[in-house]
Amino acid sequence: MSENKYIPKTKLAKWFDSRLPLLSLSHHLKEYPTPKNLNYWWTFGGILTFCLIIQIVTGVILGMHYVAHTDHAFESIEHIMRDVNYGWLMRYVHANGASMFFLAVYIHIFRGLFYGSYKAPRELIWIIGVIIYLLMMATAFMGYVLPWGQMSFWGATVITNLFSAIPLIGENITTWLWGGYAVDNPTLTRFYALHYLLPFLIFGLIILHIWALHVPGNNNPTGIDVKKNSNETMPFHPYMVMKDITALLVFIIIFFWFVFFAPNALGHPDNYIEANPLVTPTHIVPEWYLLPFYAILRAIPSKLGGVIFMFAAIFVLVLLPWLDTSKVRSSTFRPLYRKFFWVLVVTVILLGYLGAKPPEGIYLVLSRIATAYYFIHFLILLPVLGRYEKTDPLPMSISDPVLDKPGLIDKFKKAAGQYEGDNVGSFK
Amino acid sequence: MSKEIKPKRRDFLFTATYTIGAVGIGAAIWPLIDQMNPDSSVKALSTTEVDVSGVEAGKTITVLWRGKPIFIRRRTQKEIDEAAAVDLKDLKDPEKDSDRAKNPEWLVMVGVCTHLGCVPLGNKGEYNAWFCPCHGSHYDTSGRIRKGPAPTNLEIPKYEFVNNNTIKIG
Repeated sequence: MSENKYIPKTKLAKWFDSRLPLLSLSHHLKEYPTPKNLNYWWTFGGILTFCLIIQIVTGVILGMHYVAHTDHAFESIEHIMRDVNYGWLMRYVHANGASMFFLAVYIHIFRGLFYGSYKAPRELIWIIGVIIYLLMMATAFMGYVLPWGQMSFWGATVITNLFSAIPLIGENITTWLWGGYAVDNPTLTRFYALHYLLPFLIFGLIILHIWALHVPGNNNPTGIDVKKNSNETMPFHPYMVMKDITALLVFIIIFFWFVFFAPNALGHPDNYIEANPLVTPTHIVPEWYLLPFYAILRAIPSKLGGVIFMFAAIFVLVLLPWLDTSKVRSSTFRPLYRKFFWVLVVTVILLGYLGAKPPEGIYLVLSRIATAYYFIHFLILLPVLGRYEKTDPLPMSISDPVLDKPGLIDKFKKAAGQYEGDNVGSFK
Repeated sequence: MSKEIKPKRRDFLFTATYTIGAVGIGAAIWPLIDQMNPDSSVKALSTTEVDVSGVEAGKTITVLWRGKPIFIRRRTQKEIDEAAAVDLKDLKDPEKDSDRAKNPEWLVMVGVCTHLGCVPLGNKGEYNAWFCPCHGSHYDTSGRIRKGPAPTNLEIPKYEFVNNNTIKIG
C-alpha cells in the first residue's frame, strides 16, 4: 500500500530508467496512494481526461474534412454530415462531446466547492483548474464559430464585441481580433487555428493539474488529512482505476444517448442557417454551458460594467482559496456553508435558465438578484462564515465516520471471522 | 577604489543589455501581433458607392461596407421633426440631429448596435425607429441611443454625396 521507490527488475529496465525515468513515473502513477473513502464524485477527473481525448481525436478527424473559409465552411460541414464515411458520427460526438465535457467539468468544480478541495495546500491545483476552465470556454466558443451558421456568426460578433467595452483601445482590439472591420474570413481562419491549438495547451495544463495534485495527494469526503502510507490509502491501480472505469461507463451511456438519439438537442436550430451578416437572429443565445455568464453580462445595465462583472464571476474563483477563511474543508462538517452551497448551485442553474430568456421584465429582475447573490456568496458569505460558523467536530481519521455506526464493527468482525488466519487489518 | 567602481560598471552593462534585449524582443514580437490586423486586401475594400435614386421616403436600404451593414434611410418629414425636437438633455450620448444627418432627408449610419454588434431591426422599439433584439437597445429616428445597454449612438460613417443619386461611403 505504500508508495515504494521503483526498483527495476531487469537489466534493460535499469538501463532505460536511469536514463529516462519513465518506468519510475508509471510506477508512481500506479502506486499513487488515494484515500480509501473517495466517493463517485471523485471519478470526474478521469472522465474529463476521457472527454479531452475524445475531443482531440474526433477534432483532428473533422479537421481533415473541414474547410476554414467563409464560402465553404458551412457546406463542408454538410459534406461531413452527408458524404464522409461516419462523418455524422464524428461531428455529433465532437459537438455533444463539448457539452458532456462541460457537464463533467461543472460537476468536478462543484465537487471541489462542496468538499473544500481548493483550500491549503491545494490552492494551485484549483487555480490551474480555473485556467483550464477558461481555456475550455475559449476553445468551445471558437469551435462553435467554425460551422459558420447564423449562431456561429452572431455569437462570434457579440463575444468579440465584449472587448470593445475596454476604454480607449477597445475598438483597436476588436479590429485586431477580427482582422477586419467585422467578423469575416480572417476571423474564421484564425479561430480555426486557435481552436486546434488550445486543446493541446489544456492537455499541458492538465499535466500540471495532476502534478500539483500528486504533491499533497487527494482531498477526500471528510476533508481531513489522510496519513499517507497507512491503511487509510489504497494504490490508484487497480482500486481507483476500477471505480473510475465504472463511472466512466455510466457517463458514456449518457453521452452516447445524446449522440444517437438527440444529437441536436443541445444545439440551436438557427446554426443550420448559413451565416448572414445583414440579419441578426431574433434571439441570440450562446451554448448552454455559457448561459450563466451570459445572464450576468446582461443583468448589468452598462456595457463596460456587464463585461467586468462577467469576467469577475470567473476571476472570483481564483481568489476563492483566500475568500473562504474556514479551516474546515469538507461541507460535511459545516452545517451553514452546506446550506449556502446548495443555494449557490440553485443560483447558478437559475442564471443559466435566465441566460436563455429575453432580457426583459421579470427575467431581468431575477438575473439581477441572482447575479448579486452570486457575488455575495463569494465576497461576503464565505469570509463571514469562516469566522462565525460553528463547525461540527472533525473525526480523528477518515475511517471514523464509517466505523462509528453502531454495530458495524461487530458486523465486520463476524465477516472477517470467515477468513480464519487471514490478515484482516484494523478489524482484528 | 577599483572594487567599488567595478560593480557599478557591471550594473550599467547588465541594465543596458536587458534594455536592448527587451527592445529587440519587442521588435521581433510586433510582426507576430500585427499580422492579425486588417490586411491590405481588407483595407482596399474601404469605399463603396451606392445608388439611392430608387429609395422612397420612409424606406431604408441596407448595403454592406467593410463587412458591416450600412443603413441608408430616406426619412419622412415626421421623423425629421421628431428627431429635431428632442431635448439634448434627454440623451445618453447627446448629439444634434443636424450633426448626424447633413442632409436631413438622408440618414446614413452603420447598422451595428454599439452594445455588442447585432444588427438593429427597423421600424421597431419605443421610438418606432431602431431596436436591437439581442439585448434590448432602443434608438430614435436619428439613430441615437435612448434606452437599453448600448453606450453610444449608432455610428455615422464617413460618406458624401457624389451627385444627387449616389452616396460614396468610406
